[in-house]
Amino acid sequence: MSDNDIALMAHLMRRAGFGAQYSELEERAAKGYEATVEELLNPSEDTHRMDLDLGERYFLEWNHFVRCVPEYIAFRMINSYSQLEEKMVLFWHGILCTADSKTQSYVTSHQEWEMLRRCCMGNFKDLLIEISKDPAMIYFLDNCLSHKEAINENYGRELLELFSMGVGMDGEFNYTEDDVKECARAFTGWSIANNIPGQPYGRYPAQFVYNPGDHDEGEKTFLGHTGNFDGEDIIDIIVKQPATARFLSRHLYNFFVADEAQVPAWMDTPVQDPETIQMLEEEYFRSGYDIRSMLRVLLNSDAFKNTRFSRIKGPIETVIGTLRLVGDWSYPKPGFESIFEEMKHMGQEILNPPSVEGWHTGKEWIDGGTLVRRINFIADYVGDVSYPGVQDLVQTLIAEGATLTPKELVDGCLRLLGHYELSMENYNMLVEHAGKNGDISTNTKGFPGEAAQILQMIVATKEYLYA
Amino acid sequence: MTTNKKDPVLVILQMSGAYDALNTFIPYSDPHYADYRQVLRIPPEEVLAVDDKVGFHPAMAPIKNMYDQGKVAVLQGIGYPNPIRSHFRSMDIWHTAEPDKMITDGWLGRAIRDLDPDKENILTAVNFGRGLPRALAAPGVSVASVGDLDSYGVLTGIEDKQDRTQALDIFGRMYSPMIGSGAVNDYLSQTGLDALKGADILSTAPKTYSSSVEYGGSPFAQWLKNIAQVHIAGFGTRVLYTGVNPGTFDTHANENITMPKLWGDVSNAVSDFYEDLKEHHANEEVVMLMFTEFGRRVQENGSGTDHGSGSVAFVIGDSVKGGLYGEYPSLEPDKLDQGDLQWNNDFRGTYATLLEKWMGVDANPVLGGQFEQFDFIK
Repeated sequence: MSDNDIALMAHLMRRAGFGAQYSELEERAAKGYEATVEELLNPSEDTHRMDLDLGERYFLEWNHFVRCVPEYIAFRMINSYSQLEEKMVLFWHGILCTADSKTQSYVTSHQEWEMLRRCCMGNFKDLLIEISKDPAMIYFLDNCLSHKEAINENYGRELLELFSMGVGMDGEFNYTEDDVKECARAFTGWSIANNIPGQPYGRYPAQFVYNPGDHDEGEKTFLGHTGNFDGEDIIDIIVKQPATARFLSRHLYNFFVADEAQVPAWMDTPVQDPETIQMLEEEYFRSGYDIRSMLRVLLNSDAFKNTRFSRIKGPIETVIGTLRLVGDWSYPKPGFESIFEEMKHMGQEILNPPSVEGWHTGKEWIDGGTLVRRINFIADYVGDVSYPGVQDLVQTLIAEGATLTPKELVDGCLRLLGHYELSMENYNMLVEHAGKNGDISTNTKGFPGEAAQILQMIVATKEYLYA
Repeated sequence: MTTNKKDPVLVILQMSGAYDALNTFIPYSDPHYADYRQVLRIPPEEVLAVDDKVGFHPAMAPIKNMYDQGKVAVLQGIGYPNPIRSHFRSMDIWHTAEPDKMITDGWLGRAIRDLDPDKENILTAVNFGRGLPRALAAPGVSVASVGDLDSYGVLTGIEDKQDRTQALDIFGRMYSPMIGSGAVNDYLSQTGLDALKGADILSTAPKTYSSSVEYGGSPFAQWLKNIAQVHIAGFGTRVLYTGVNPGTFDTHANENITMPKLWGDVSNAVSDFYEDLKEHHANEEVVMLMFTEFGRRVQENGSGTDHGSGSVAFVIGDSVKGGLYGEYPSLEPDKLDQGDLQWNNDFRGTYATLLEKWMGVDANPVLGGQFEQFDFIK
């Protein structure tokens, strides 16, 4: 197994997961790249390798999911070996957004999250039907308040604008205001039961119901097709649109390959890698809208493999990735809540996207406030040698020899963090800093602290902002 | 401007989600209002009337008080050409002041470049909240963006003082911009360096501040308090920005339950803010713009309102010539724009007024054209 294999595996796990410790990278790389991709694409109960029972005994709420749902989600992100599944649920959560700040029902959000887990790599048409029947979504975008006699356009509009087609493509609008209204009409009667306030009986999950009496049975004209459409007919028309193939491909590219323009700019901003987007669009139609097939093509492509460090990590990726790296939260313990505060102050909260548009990504994650928060968070963790992951890392460095040159120390730290690469200037600066007292003895009491300080400096770099 | 007068300061409050103009500044005596709003109508006796036609939402009493003191200009019928009913694109238009095409820099970013062309003050503009609004973005312009003023600082976890000094020194050098590393990396470099410098200065503001005013507990109220702290500390900050979280005012449903709470919180925070400034003799140099991305549909949908156009905005401060500006859009069915209020004054006219008559910045290059200005600055 060469360094190149490990570096490629580190890349795959940063993108198709939340990063991995060096030992996990070695284990996965030993199976081979394509076999690992296939394993990630086909999660099952056996591949998770998590002790959820232990979690349930600690978080009693996990029996009913009335509370502690973000904790459950984060715990899985940290500990599941089926990393791509967790990553894809996050992918869809950022597109098919609902926010707990409005739905205020963890039990219903949990139901949605499990639906996303079930459908995240399946057929896109099925996913659109499921999300249209998802109680959290129906409540979040008010479709339960859209009636035959009084249309509420909210869901109809966002289904087109944010969930499937986008406002426009190649400078042209993808649909008209009339299409929005007709789309909304087709979804009348798609409602929920049991969405009652939590007091005094406590929450229980809302259920999808179809009220035929409240469904607009009239003729509708949508994207040039006329008929007595209901929601599924509308989705059937949507998934056949080239705009939908483009929209989904562009989202996958932005999430897995490289930062793209923000969604509202897609109508007028050309894609940066037309070949890869075309490859994904073709696979979308060839496979009959199969998300897993698109992912397989993408993750095995040279475009993916060669596009390293070209996405700025999001806050959830940053926080979960750091916890995986240092080996914290591999089992439940008190104090879990504070990691959600961290994510929030870095600009991203599980179950609380800022709006139905989801999060803006790329450089928009970074401003003076979020940058400071992010650097401080990671630096505090990797600087603490009591965490098992940091200890392993230090032990590996010690095992390399009784004395390390400054260059060996910095190279070792970069490698063990997942083959990070620094600009020549920053690399030289760190080597100079590491060598201010000459070569470094690894068998001293102060060595773990010295190594930790190099780690802190690395995670504070611009380069480390990327995945 | 005389030399002993303090530099004018602009505070922007972004009320995301699109507040319902019709139920915010209410045409309570128009019979059409009652027709369109069978459920959501605010009864005339509850409206905080400013004349026999229009008045504030009952939860906005603190702002109505300021109106009565002549400190609130109401910009009626504000909007932009070819209204788009998407939150994101619409907010983008307000941020960039460019309704016709997508651009990435903001109107305030461009104004800040004029206010501080040589980048003498790292804190010319400060944002409070999660994420930097595009309004403040412009190439080469740095804006401090603070989530929580009390804990702002770089690598605060390194306890040993000498270690931290060394680490910060290296940090500063590592974030120095490098030629040819691309626009995103240049942005990251600048952000890192500015955060380093800005944090040093900003962290002193809460330490020197004391006040008898107690702000509410909402993030918005706390951010307004932070704005007061930074302004009072006298760092030379000219533009301060905050708002409520995206989607907050998006009242598709249960509008009559959420609106009173939202306007109550916001109005109290605004009033507390000015009380606080007054206590510190720092009120006269501050003018505030409060806006939202678009108006909502005139016809209610049941318990809420859908996306519309034609809105209302507010400019508040001691230097404001209070009163009504623009015309209240007609509610006659044939005067509506696809069921929405027809806007009659371009939002860039308000921007131009704030830039030229208040901030002393040439509005034309910032806004890319001439726009008719109002007379709402004393």
